[in-house]
Amino acid sequence: MARIIVVTSGKGGVGKTTTAAAMAMGLALRGFRTSVIDFDVGLRNLDLIMGCERRVVYDFVNVINKEANLRQALIRDKRCENLYILPASQTRDKEALTREGVGAVLEELSDDFDYVVCDSPAGIEKGAYLAMYYADDAIVVSNPEVSSVRDADRMIGILSSKSRRAELDEEPIKEHLLVTRYSPKRVEKGEMLSVDDVLEILALPLLGVIPESQAVLTASNEGVPVVLEEKTDAGQAYQDAVSRYLGEDLPHRFIYNEKKGLLGRLFRG
Amino acid sequence: MGLLDYFRATRPKSANVAKRRLEILVAQDRRTQGEPSYLANLQKELLVVIRKYVNVNDDAISIQKEQDDDREILEVNIVLPDDGGNDRY
Repeated sequence: MARIIVVTSGKGGVGKTTTAAAMAMGLALRGFRTSVIDFDVGLRNLDLIMGCERRVVYDFVNVINKEANLRQALIRDKRCENLYILPASQTRDKEALTREGVGAVLEELSDDFDYVVCDSPAGIEKGAYLAMYYADDAIVVSNPEVSSVRDADRMIGILSSKSRRAELDEEPIKEHLLVTRYSPKRVEKGEMLSVDDVLEILALPLLGVIPESQAVLTASNEGVPVVLEEKTDAGQAYQDAVSRYLGEDLPHRFIYNEKKGLLGRLFRG
Repeated sequence: MGLLDYFRATRPKSANVAKRRLEILVAQDRRTQGEPSYLANLQKELLVVIRKYVNVNDDAISIQKEQDDDREILEVNIVLPDDGGNDRY
């Protein structure tokens, strides 16, 4: 039985796809058989971030409509043999997804994989709803910014009331918060909400803090999940997040402004 | 908590403004999130009916849905004006 993880946020552009790609690759690199599904029907992008856009033949909607089977549609990652990508359809709309269809695909994937990562579209409409409906775990992605935090809170409410687990009165979805595009320097200047501020409002366990980093754009330019860029801050932050997801207790990095000398270190106490 | 935290508190910073606004907004969102979508309309229509008999203000009525373990309660509060609103007749 696979564990189903939804990466969600409400707001667009906060780093859901980057996070889904990084978490899926991170889990696969640690030996878990992992698949990652793009739920953003009509605006598919996961294949681009994963660097497999030219290998897409069949997609998620084809599988739901039984125009192709899973084996034909899943794309095996060239860097990690444990990782498979199920791309979204670019030509259909979100109505092509049905609850039964998504459920059937997830059930079939569950037999073959340890983890299924669902990359949610932005918004709270059908695609986002179906991406979270069957989830066991949720990674809620938020920037330290007002509209993003507000939308994340809204999404947390939906996770706890509209999911399959909520409807069946089962144990609720296990939620994790991932704060992305964090700039410790701006936080220190009082120009950005701190991790503590965001945690105080959203009240979820913190999976990680991904610093604002050039590495994220560079990696997406090249179609490489940033978690593979082991020398970069964002790559390391995602590695930490994967470790924490798997139960390791690691201290959070990239939260403080590191451009300090001896004095700074003394002040931090 | 380091010494820097003391300096932080003295600055009138936009992050503090953001946090204060968010706290208010999120509390409000959470209150209205579980409400059925018909509540707003119900409130308006009730107000029209009540005004046939008593002269009340727009804010004299409040509706809340509460949930116990085994039942749902629709609580309607109507505040009558001091003079009983009788001046209509």
